[in-house]
Amino acid sequence: MIGRDLLSMDDLERAEIERVLDTAVHMQEVGLREVKKVPTLRGRTIVNLFFEPSTRTRTSFEIAGKRLSADVINFSSQGSSLSKAESILDTAKTLDAMAPDAVVVRHGVAGVPRRIADVLRSPVINAGDGAHEHPTQALLDLFTVRQEKGRIDGLTVAIVGDIAHSRVARSNITGFLKMGAEVRVAGPPTMLPPAVETLGVKAMTRLEEAIEGADVVMMLRIQRERMGAPVFPSVREYAARYGLDREKLRYAKDDVIVMHPGPVNRGVELAPELADQAPSVILNQVRNGVAVRMAVLYLFAGRPRGAEGD
Amino acid sequence: MNPRDPAGGSTAAPPTPEPARDPRERIVLDPTGVRRALVRMAHEILERNEDPSALYLVGIPNGGVPLAREIARRLREIAGVDVTVGILDTTLYRDDHGVTGERPALRTTEMPSAVDDRVVVLVDDVASTGRTIRAAMDALMDFGRPRAVQVVALVDRGHRELPIKIDYVGKNIPTETSEEVILRGRDGGLEGPLEVVVHSRGGSA
Repeated sequence: MIGRDLLSMDDLERAEIERVLDTAVHMQEVGLREVKKVPTLRGRTIVNLFFEPSTRTRTSFEIAGKRLSADVINFSSQGSSLSKAESILDTAKTLDAMAPDAVVVRHGVAGVPRRIADVLRSPVINAGDGAHEHPTQALLDLFTVRQEKGRIDGLTVAIVGDIAHSRVARSNITGFLKMGAEVRVAGPPTMLPPAVETLGVKAMTRLEEAIEGADVVMMLRIQRERMGAPVFPSVREYAARYGLDREKLRYAKDDVIVMHPGPVNRGVELAPELADQAPSVILNQVRNGVAVRMAVLYLFAGRPRGAEGD
Repeated sequence: MNPRDPAGGSTAAPPTPEPARDPRERIVLDPTGVRRALVRMAHEILERNEDPSALYLVGIPNGGVPLAREIARRLREIAGVDVTVGILDTTLYRDDHGVTGERPALRTTEMPSAVDDRVVVLVDDVASTGRTIRAAMDALMDFGRPRAVQVVALVDRGHRELPIKIDYVGKNIPTETSEEVILRGRDGGLEGPLEVVVHSRGGSA
């Protein structure tokens, strides 16, 4: 996988996903040590290129890179020429001249990481692009589920919320299907992409139906900036029909776990009492994010064999 | 025909077939040899260390782990001491992570207690260049400050590239660099009685 881009969960075979998850198990052990740093990527450079504000994903990649002893350089849309007129591809070319070992890209527009990957020799890791993909979020969600349930194959996973505009949903649908889970999606009809079932999922408009007998319920964050749009029901109506609380959760299996990519809109998609305690595993997801990103950087950062000369 | 009558069977009948041996392999330590070497090294460890309660055996995966457990068992038998056994993967400390080439798979690290002020005995199956031991020492220092570090190798095959000394050697086996020294059980894994074979990779492989 060295030197390859990670732009989408479609880029990974099932065995490769398993390799990332297995590697992350050992990376997690590093995080439990007193000295939480190993010399593996000493002398390597990782660039975080964030065109969209993000605290947890950027911090998570930064900690992951530093725990592997890489030099981590952050470019964000404030305080660099990213906020000026310099085009995205010019920025990418400038970076390429610095020959980083991996570039982590977040952008509000779908497809930008791929455009950047086209001009960069370094591998590009997509840290979220528009409503397209967020592969490392899917990998950490898969890791969290495997850790909690001991397996992924054969589980029933319900993803609830604005499926059509969620990169988390899209990457997770691909990831969980590849790993052998049954995936259901639910949301208001305006939030379900047309023909979503061609991906291999079951689409439902009632939350209770989607979580019936589910092992995993993944609630998506409702984007407040999208609220008030014509397709959007009122917040109160959304919370009543698609918000998860203990009462509705009884439809799921007794040992269900509840996930959320964060940050949670308490009382909208998730009742406050579910956000902070079992069966919610939201804090585990955050913690696992660092181990999974260490695994991704370990396995992807560098150049493919034979390409060191260029 | 009476099966107990030795004259009854054909004298040409083949004996029970031994499991086929790869002709490129030779056994340098059979299970008895491995057991004797481990018992002897357990005695040597006790001779050198006046306070066996300070000992902490650390196996380097994969081969060092069953060996460390076996030495701990012998120390219990001989001296009645319960020695801590840990597992330390050196992969993240290797010096050969180039810019290119696939990354090796990581293995378990499990250090059950602090190493501070303990006499850590690193246990490896085959010592050679010394680079694994170097990596293991660096890893160990991230877990604390041992009072001393000593090294066990079941086999020392030579070809040292670093100034690393092995304190307890099961057997010195001079090898060609093209040969491979392998610790393994009967089924090819690391279960049950272990043996050490030298495999010549050259030729018809």
